[in-house]
This record gives sequence, structure tokens and C-alpha cells, in this order.
Amino acid sequence: MTSPDRTGAAEALIRGPRRRRVRGGVPLPLLLPSLIGLAFLLVPLVALLIRAPWSSLPDLLTSTEVWQALQLSLVCATAATAVSLVLGVPLAWLLARVEFPGRGLVRALVTLPLVLPPVVGGVALLMALGRNGVVGRWLDAWFGITLPFTTTGVVVAEAFVAMPFLVISVEGTLRAADPRYEEAATTLGASRFTAFRRVTLPLIAPGIAAGAVLAWARALGEFGATITFAGNFPGRTQTMPLAVYLALQNDPEAAIALSLVLLAVSIAVLAGLRDRWMAPA
Amino acid sequence: MTDAAKTAHHAVTPTTQGLDAHLVVERGSFRLDVALTAAPGDVVALLGPNGAGKTTALRALAGLVPLTDGHLRLDGAVLDRTPPESRPVGVVFQDYLLFPHLSALDNVAFGPRCHGASKAQARAQAAEWLDRMDLAAHAGAKPRRLSGGQAQRVALARALATRPRLLLLDEPLAALDARTRLDVRAQLRRHLADFEAVAVLVTHDPLDAMVLADHLVVIEDGHVVQEGTPSDIARRPRTDYIAHLVGLNLYKGRAEGHTVRVDGGPGITTTEDLTGPAFVAFPPNAVTLHRDRPTGSSARNLWRCEVAGLETHGDQIRAALTGELPLAADLTTIAAAELDLRPGATVWATVKAAQTHAYPA
Repeated sequence: MTSPDRTGAAEALIRGPRRRRVRGGVPLPLLLPSLIGLAFLLVPLVALLIRAPWSSLPDLLTSTEVWQALQLSLVCATAATAVSLVLGVPLAWLLARVEFPGRGLVRALVTLPLVLPPVVGGVALLMALGRNGVVGRWLDAWFGITLPFTTTGVVVAEAFVAMPFLVISVEGTLRAADPRYEEAATTLGASRFTAFRRVTLPLIAPGIAAGAVLAWARALGEFGATITFAGNFPGRTQTMPLAVYLALQNDPEAAIALSLVLLAVSIAVLAGLRDRWMAPA
Repeated sequence: MTDAAKTAHHAVTPTTQGLDAHLVVERGSFRLDVALTAAPGDVVALLGPNGAGKTTALRALAGLVPLTDGHLRLDGAVLDRTPPESRPVGVVFQDYLLFPHLSALDNVAFGPRCHGASKAQARAQAAEWLDRMDLAAHAGAKPRRLSGGQAQRVALARALATRPRLLLLDEPLAALDARTRLDVRAQLRRHLADFEAVAVLVTHDPLDAMVLADHLVVIEDGHVVQEGTPSDIARRPRTDYIAHLVGLNLYKGRAEGHTVRVDGGPGITTTEDLTGPAFVAFPPNAVTLHRDRPTGSSARNLWRCEVAGLETHGDQIRAALTGELPLAADLTTIAAAELDLRPGATVWATVKAAQTHAYPA
């Protein structure tokens, strides 16, 4: 048998890689691309930090425009998340707990905005809720409500894009939750709604929280649907991503500063979710 | 009967107290068809193997599964189509299903709260129930902090707190370890004895059924195969499943005087004098095994058998025998060694007529 000798020799020859292979047991054809992939994801973020105008950062971040954009972003993302919660949690419950014909199709349609290019979403929203839109026309005629190019329009656009994240997350949690708790509640005299409110909701609260954070993060970064449906008016519809994009044209330093703020928010979100997603599987 | 006669008939029938149910539930190829009646104070056990439909029957009583056919009346009220939350029915689920986010007290208070009691009233009632179950010290505990026995009692308290007219218990002791089981079974028996309305429990454990219930309904494959008092069913099993549960050899055949001719088998001599279709039962320890054909034995029943398998059964050995009459025989370890019993060995089995029990089929 020559193989033990040969591996011994090989080990002596290439000690470095050998040692790594022993430690992780990762074959080179997998290790190399994975490291490149990792670098691909991280280098841009590091570059952002390196090029950040640290000295002028305080001034940039305290300018009215940045504050306006940040405030607007936070308010709209939070409002969009609230809308998603109010409409999305019941929708998730419906999809998870009620059997009705075409449920699979409805679920697919709900997830469509996840994969739809946001700009298309914006155009679709204009067609539906624009002044001459299918629904918007009546909103205007009956209630005098116009949504496009308003702050409310930003919320609508963000909610449209973010809600599917919440629905998918909550539905998954609901499917994993034991439906027999609801049965137990009904045998105790609870109506189906009471059972949902007093038993199911508390049980799936962690899933709802995770879904809300996901939706909020998605709403905060929303660009395409917002600019299409709500436009880009500073103080009214110009959220952070729009401000970043605009700043990049004439004031790259400001764009970097704004990007850093969004990066910080994203990291905070991730940190908040670490118990749920970064725990060892 | 004409319609008028029917009406008249109904008019004179007093409102029947207790449970009167005919449960028919169809699910794919499975069909449950079980009739159940019980008076207030009765404890009925549905006993049967896994998949027999016991739990489906329970869920149908609770309204969690719709009836395909049949009827359900409780204290005269028709509940066929009543949703579960409107039925005066309490359920103790197999794994209790205590709400994990609520304390023991709030779990018990949940029912009264749903029935319109104020938060304070509901909690006061719940505290009373927990006290009755000797759980006052654990009122504030979340379910995961409770032991199996405590959780079981909280579940019972929660079901009783709505003052149900029908209490359903699904395998109430299955989730407990052997030691706890003994205590909880005794406590449960006491609580069921105190319960003034109908209680129906589902179990696959004959001991639970016989200790807790005063009426047994044995279900196999969706149908009632036998019902009666525990002692009656233990003495006169009518299916292999029950015979196996109560540890008896059981045969069906035709009786002619003191002999029952087993279907497709030999005759068994008994002390009872019967004619027509009959069962014969005898316990495995009534069987004596011999290496060679016994000559001077007074036993009237003698069969040549082959050992199919051996297993320990308590401090005894239980031999499964095949041959003209398949049977189970219990013998001591020493006897088994002396007989040199091993699978495939030929033995002679004798059973005294006095140790058999024959009854009409």
C-alpha cells in the first residue's frame, strides 16, 4: 500500500493548503469560488467605508435635505409596514388556514410583487390608483383623494412591494404553528376570531415581528415603485434611496454619507434579527 | 308510522337527559359508524386499536369534524350542526394543548372569559378550579414549567371550567410516564366520579378504560364490535383484539353440548352446556405444555402444536403456538428450559375443561 506514504509526502510538500483542508475539509473547487463570492459581497461595503468623507460627515448628515429624506423614509417605511401588518396578517391567516378553491393561485399572485421589477409595480399602481386609474378615478371623484406624487403615494408604493415579504413570512409561521390550539380554543367557547386574536396571534408573534422587520427593511430601500408612482419631490416623496441616487449625480460625497446611514440601519435590522436567523441551525 | 303518529310519539317522550349520538363520518375510504348513548354521570370509554376511529368519534362529538350522517343530541338539544364554540362540550386533548403563552390560571380562565365572564370573575373561577385540582401553587406557572401530571390536571380544569354537559378526554394518560400515570389515573377517576354530566374518554389502554369507565365501547375499523361493562368485556371478549387486550385465547365456533367445534379447527371441551354459535376463551396460564404426548393426563383438550415464537411476559415466558389450534401459553422460565422450547419445536398442549369459558356468540 503506497497511499499513506504518498499522502504523507503530499502533506509535507504542500503544508499550507493541506492544513486548511484538514481544518475545514473544504475541497478547493468549492473554497475558491466561495471566497471570491464573499469578497464580491463585502468589498463594495468596505469601499463605502473607505471612501466615506468622515471629516465632513457630521455636516452632511445634519443638512436639512438629508434629515428630510431620512425622516420621510422612516415615516413612510413604518407606515407601509403598518399597512402591511393590518392587511397582510389576515391575508396570511386566510392562505394558511382556510381552504378555498384557487388558494394556490392566490398565493402565487401574492408573491408576484416579490419577483416583479419594482418599476413595473409603480406603473401598475399608476394604472390602478393614478388620477385616471381604474380605482384612482373614483377615489378622486368621490373622496377627492389623489395618491400619485404624494407622501401617501410613497406609503402605497412601499406597501405594495413590502407586503408580500410579510405575508410569506407570517404564512410560513402559521403553517408551522399547530392549528389544534385554535381547535382547543373553539372547544372552550371562543369564536374563530377570538381564537385567532387570543391564541394564534400571540403564538405567531415572533414570526410576525420577523416579517414586519423584513417588510420594513424592504420598504426603506424601495426605489423603483416609489419613483414611478410617487415621483421625486424633496420633503414630500424623496426618500433616502431617491436622495442617494440624485446626490450621486451632483454631490457624490453626500451620496456616500446617505448610503452609510442606510447601511447602518440595515446592520441594525440584521442585529435585531440575529436571534432568529443567525442562531446555529 | 304516520307523521301524526310520529309527532304524538315525540310529544310523549320526555326530554332525554344525557348523550344520544349516532356518529357517521366518512373520509375517503374510511367510514365511522358508531352509536353512543349515556346518562348524566356515566363515564364511557371508547376502546380500540390505533386507526379504529376513536379520535374521529371524539372530534365529531366536539364538532371539530362534521357529521356525514346520523345525529347528536345532548340533554335533548340537537347539536348536529352546532359549531364547536357553541356546544356545551369540554375537551381534554391528548397532549393537552395548553396555550403556551398563558399561565395555568389564564388557561383555565380562557373558557369562562369566552362565555362572557369578566376578567376578574373568570380568574376567580379559574383559581377555584385550580384549587380543586391541588394546583393553587402553580396558578402563575406557564405550561412548559408544569410536570406532565400537573399539565393534565390544568387541562382537565380548563375543560371543566366551562361547565360542559359532555366532557371528552382523548387518551388522557397517554402522554404520561408509567409512575405518574398511576397517580393521575387515580385522581382522574375521582374527578370523573364527581363529574355530574356525561364523560366520554378515548383510549387504547384497556387498564385505563376499565379503571376510569363504567361502560366500554370497543371500536374496530370504525364500527362498534362490543360494548358492556368492563368486567363483562374482560370475561367474554368477542373479538381477537379484545381477547388480546385482556390476555385471553379466544375462539369462535359452534357449540354442541359440552363441545365447541372451532371454525376450521378442533373441538374444545368446556363445562358450559350450549348449542349454536359460541365463543370459547381461556387464559394463557391455563395451558400446560408437554414435550411428549401425555398419557395419563385428565385434561380433555389435547392438541399438537409447534412453537412459533417466545417472549418474556412479566416474570413468565409466553409461547406463541401454531398447529391445529393457534394459542398463547404462559409458563415459567424453568419449565421453558426443561421443555427445551425453541421456535420450531413440537409440543403437546393440554387445557382443562374447567379452565375454559364458553358463551353464546
